[in-house]
Amino acid sequence: MLFYSYFKTLVGKEVTVELKNDLAITGTLHSVDQYLNVKLNNVKVVNEAKYPHMMSVRNCFIRGSVVRYVQLPPGSVDIEILHDATRREARG
Amino acid sequence: MAADLQEAGLASLVDTTISVITNDGRNIVGILRGYDQATNLILDECHERVYSSKSGVDQVVLGGLHVVRGDNIAVVGELDDDLDQQLNLSQIRAAPLKAVQH
Repeated sequence: MLFYSYFKTLVGKEVTVELKNDLAITGTLHSVDQYLNVKLNNVKVVNEAKYPHMMSVRNCFIRGSVVRYVQLPPGSVDIEILHDATRREARG
Repeated sequence: MAADLQEAGLASLVDTTISVITNDGRNIVGILRGYDQATNLILDECHERVYSSKSGVDQVVLGGLHVVRGDNIAVVGELDDDLDQQLNLSQIRAAPLKAVQH
């Protein structure tokens, strides 16, 4: 549940989600659920010329299982909090 | 938590037109009639948009009701009717999306 909680703190931030089919989608994080499925608003596909497949989509739901990376805004990553939380989780 | 899940789910998309990208790279457009927690979808009045780098987008009517298994779904997009009408599908040239490689 750690990363679920962590992603919830990023709601409203602009993120780029890279999928396991190499498609990368930028948008405002709207919500996340327990499977790390994410919903993005106002999406823009990175390299739209190559990937015009989502040109008429403004809001989307991305299944957690196909996410390769989530690129976060550097300013909103508090490494100290993540350190503490991961250590606490590892200790059990 | 229950409120979170409701917001996070697909409830707001039921009975609207959606564009689904499957794990094998296909793009299916249809009306969402139902879904569950595994992202299995029930789609009505479906058609597939077949992309090609040589010719425009081909719309293949699949018709009827389809169930798409959640394991096979990558993205569910809310199709914006205005944006969609501005598209000139016959002019779009693009290679089909790659399949998901886990």
